[in-house]
Amino acid sequence: MNLALRDIRHQKSRFIQTCLGLGLLLGVVMSMSGIYRGLFTDATGILNATAADLWVVQQDTSGPFAATSRIPEEIKYRIRAVPGVAQASALSFQNIQSERHGAPFRFFLVGYELGGMGGPPIIVAGRPIRQKHYEIVVDRAMKIGLGEQLQLGGDDYTIVGHTAKMVSSAGDPVAYVTLADAQKIQFKDDNNAIRNSREKLASQLERLPVLSPNQASQLTPQIAKIVGSTHIANTVVARLSPGADLAEVQDRISRWNHYRPLTGKDQEHILTEGMIKKAKMQLGMFRGILLVISGVIISLIIYTMTLDKLRVIATLKLIGTRNRVIVGLILQQSLLMGVIAYVIGFVLIALTRDKFPRRWDLVAIDLQLLFGIVILICIGASLVGIRKAMRVEPAEALGG
Amino acid sequence: MYAVQIENLTKIYGSGHTEVVALADATFDVAPGELVGILGPSGSGKTTLLTTIGLVTEPTRGRVVLDGEVIAEDGWPPGLDLKRIRREKLGFIFQAHNLIPFLSAVENVMIALENNGFGAKEARTRSIELLESLGLGHRLNHYPALLSGGESQRTAIARALANQPRVILADEPTAALDTENGKNVMGLLKKLAVENNSAILVVTHDQRMVEGFDRIFTFSDGRIVNETRNNV
Repeated sequence: MNLALRDIRHQKSRFIQTCLGLGLLLGVVMSMSGIYRGLFTDATGILNATAADLWVVQQDTSGPFAATSRIPEEIKYRIRAVPGVAQASALSFQNIQSERHGAPFRFFLVGYELGGMGGPPIIVAGRPIRQKHYEIVVDRAMKIGLGEQLQLGGDDYTIVGHTAKMVSSAGDPVAYVTLADAQKIQFKDDNNAIRNSREKLASQLERLPVLSPNQASQLTPQIAKIVGSTHIANTVVARLSPGADLAEVQDRISRWNHYRPLTGKDQEHILTEGMIKKAKMQLGMFRGILLVISGVIISLIIYTMTLDKLRVIATLKLIGTRNRVIVGLILQQSLLMGVIAYVIGFVLIALTRDKFPRRWDLVAIDLQLLFGIVILICIGASLVGIRKAMRVEPAEALGG
Repeated sequence: MYAVQIENLTKIYGSGHTEVVALADATFDVAPGELVGILGPSGSGKTTLLTTIGLVTEPTRGRVVLDGEVIAEDGWPPGLDLKRIRREKLGFIFQAHNLIPFLSAVENVMIALENNGFGAKEARTRSIELLESLGLGHRLNHYPALLSGGESQRTAIARALANQPRVILADEPTAALDTENGKNVMGLLKKLAVENNSAILVVTHDQRMVEGFDRIFTFSDGRIVNETRNNV
């Protein structure tokens, strides 16, 4: 006869309420794990979608995600010429925040070369960008319909396609434009600034005694064009030919002045160990604290349930019930409570995961690990009740 | 052979000036089929006697023989399996019947049988027969909270009898019952003692029930001060 099940059956509503409460707690622990995994996936999303072997950035920086990096776009031609490099493309990245329908509207803009690396990995609706200017692919999460217009840097961009589940390391949805457009948005000054800077340049040149006024006026637009060039990228990514030695290519580029070639693994390390390390630690600690709280709550519940049954336990002992039956009663209830609470937590999270504003990844190994921890907590928690039960004297069953 | 034999049974709590003699040199025998009453005021040693015979309290001195097996000789013999003896040779009936609240009447009886190695099916069959014989056939699946005082006590008696013990120890079994139910329970115990050839020792304050006993021991300050026999 299973005493644990019969006792639970006898006080169903109390047991179910307790399991519900614990289930909510375990659901929060599961969501912490999911958010933790989501952080990692988000942080490496663009990195993985780009699938580059090398990320060439400005020297002494850890760009382009963790730090600012500006390099001339033209360096891509030099990189393409390095033996072992199969493909190299310039990319630009920038965070954009504006207002849309009266609410803050934030996204991460990627500029890529048509036909090059780093473009949208998947188009779930519409089409990819085909024209060099004024077309944009946005993440579905931005909730802008195909054919709608989005104003960026004073120009209107038409939404031609939707990508999905592409977010930056900060969790912002990603949009894609051509590199030329992205450079214009990021680096081009507005008309007033251009006019001011040209006038300033002209007056400086006119003051130079070595130049005649005619020479100065002819040089001004040429110098302004060079100074105002927007052919700048945040990084140049490269993919190597099969069999090429990554270390050798990296070593070769690192010998150039002004550039730092980072491997995909280096970038992953920068993103996961640098940018999201604290968030990861925070979530880990929160998860740990919640598990300790769950353990304390289960212990208290099991202990209280044991206290409620002291006379029953004393009676069982007096009529010769073996200790293993009494231990089984407490242990099985504790385990059953943990398992049911776990299932409730899982169902709750599975039903609400799409409501989370940030990515939430359900990973089997995390769920299995949590299940194992819950079982250990239940066994540990039941020991408190078992210890109390073993100390009950059969004599306590006697008397009124 | 006697069902219970006790010689100079003594239980002392504490030592030195905190010493309390709860039971002093109690000596008597109880034959199978005999219904014995243990009477006396509170603190006279009645319950100590019961718990000592019931292997709940270890005696300080003296000898207890239960169905031919020595269970105490100046304390418990080393290696004595208390639970086995309680399961096989003893049945307990309590003042508050002590039924397990989350088990039905039939399950309350079954657990005593399962403790003794019976399979669930056989335990169920025997429990139903036993409860039916005690007039509880219509209450088999009722929980203790839904049973009357008399029905609860009869269920507790069924549990005590389940393993056909040689000795049944009852602690104030009629205290919580009205006179009619109390007399019914006493009548039932007398009938069962004879039918099962079990010795039944009943601790009671209840003077209304004394005429039902075959023999009565009266205790005071831990000693037997009187022994009377009823010629019923």
